[in-house]
Amino acid sequence: MRLLGGHVLVFAETKGGQLRGVSLEALGAARRLAGDGKVEAAVFGSVTEPYVGDLGACGADRVYLVRDARLDRYDPETYTQALAQIVKAAQPDMVIIPHTAAGRDFAPRAAARFGAGLVSDCIDVRLENGTAVWTRPVYAGKAFERRVAGGSPVFATLRPNNVPRPQPQPGRTAEAVLFTAELADPRTIIREAAAKSPGGADLAEAKIVVSGGRGVKSKEGFAPLYELAGVLGAAVGASRGACDAGYCDYALQIGQTGKVVTPDLYIACGISGAVQHLAGMSRSKVIVAINKDPDAPIFQVADYGIVGDLFEVVPQLTREFRKALGK
Amino acid sequence: MNILVCLKQTFATEEAVRIRDGRVLEDGVKWVINPYDEYALEEAIRIREKAGGEVTVVAIGPARTESALRTALAMGADHAVLVDDERLHGDEHTTAKVLAAIARRKAYDLILAGYMAVDNGAGQGGARLAEELGIPHIGAVTKLDLEGGVLRAERDAEGDTVVVEAELPALITAQQGLNEPRYPSLPGIMKAKKKPIDRPRAEDLGLDPGEIAARTRVIGLGGPPPRQPGRKLEGGAAEQARELVRLLTEEARVIRP
Repeated sequence: MRLLGGHVLVFAETKGGQLRGVSLEALGAARRLAGDGKVEAAVFGSVTEPYVGDLGACGADRVYLVRDARLDRYDPETYTQALAQIVKAAQPDMVIIPHTAAGRDFAPRAAARFGAGLVSDCIDVRLENGTAVWTRPVYAGKAFERRVAGGSPVFATLRPNNVPRPQPQPGRTAEAVLFTAELADPRTIIREAAAKSPGGADLAEAKIVVSGGRGVKSKEGFAPLYELAGVLGAAVGASRGACDAGYCDYALQIGQTGKVVTPDLYIACGISGAVQHLAGMSRSKVIVAINKDPDAPIFQVADYGIVGDLFEVVPQLTREFRKALGK
Repeated sequence: MNILVCLKQTFATEEAVRIRDGRVLEDGVKWVINPYDEYALEEAIRIREKAGGEVTVVAIGPARTESALRTALAMGADHAVLVDDERLHGDEHTTAKVLAAIARRKAYDLILAGYMAVDNGAGQGGARLAEELGIPHIGAVTKLDLEGGVLRAERDAEGDTVVVEAELPALITAQQGLNEPRYPSLPGIMKAKKKPIDRPRAEDLGLDPGEIAARTRVIGLGGPPPRQPGRKLEGGAAEQARELVRLLTEEARVIRP
């Protein structure tokens, strides 16, 4: 395995006019690996300049601005082409891409273009004897593997909310470089794009998640959870059981066949804690479980457990949090 | 229509994972077709039922993988290919090269694969293969229609639904919700037992194992980090709520008032 030469490129994804948190986490990982070497970032879209400041403050030495309206909406092939052209020009040793819906979808195409290794969905990376060692969950988080990659460049995707974001250093700036990408017409055409998420923060990067299971018993049963989430600024999630029962949209599903989240706080309401659900949230920093059944498996992973009726407990929690947060 | 389905044999999702000497123990494990690949296979069979043609399934793996292919044949696949040549087993890079060689043996109009394998969880297979073949791909598809050589797919992207169209040839990865896979019928199972399984070697595929060797290597495997045991709160709902808020703000400090 070759030693890392210390030049890392990060794909900085944006959403809703902001840098996604995981883009900054990727910068943190990049600097950890590059040491005194070069950390560069790439930003795509019709608006790119506003991000240079934050990227520089968080560790980027240079930012490639691919100012092109065709990149405003994600497309696997145009994103692959644009990133590949930067990689070819800049020749980094390593490319780190956020493991988001877009990142996980085009990173493999980009890696294949270079015949390169790609280590996906990583939760940590360390330099050991000069080699980057990536840690990633396997078997839905029932195990963790450590992987190394050879050749150059090497690609990796980073799971949101696992590697710490760098502290912004005021006054630290990045050089901004305009990059013109040659893009072929996309062969997949977007006909419609509908935001299905029923309001509230985005699950994948939420710091707090309030989640409902079969114990919620109905669509209306989610109302107290939404209220609590509103007070906490949290996202609302669900177990597969609740989605299958029609209490909520599948977009909320957290679990092995659903979204994986790593919030600071996960409040599981009426969720029994099946292994497949744990796969989606067991790396949450703090887990709270509210369930009528004292033997529910969720209590084995919960840091704090409340045996009780969620329809009594959740509104009380909302009340107490309103007081504590001055709302 | 010539349809190719890429599938992998994996542990059933309820299986516990036991590790010894950095390896996952496989004795006594229940093996299944990777659930996401099942959606891909079911969709392929439905398309063939509507549009005519043939469905070929391919899997890369050791001898035990044959049972997954027999199940696929029993569900309705027409042909099965098993790459059990160990020299062609590697990482995602190797897999894509092998599948591309298989895919080039016929003019496939449509290729389907699962969104990810429930064991490795990397989700690279479909997209890598599409890039190798120079065809477009649509990932995480929850609804698929094919009309006049044009695919119309709904894909799931972090809560948003996007409708995407692509002309064939193209590759699709199947997400949960795409369909409900059928159970193999008894006649299907009996017929499947007699079907030949193609077992191409590296030479048959024109592949040099050295050239397509894995680019990554697993150097360690362990269980999840242990969590500190939690505690159950006492009292009625109001007291428990008060105590929890105090603990989350003062002890765990995950909420800042």
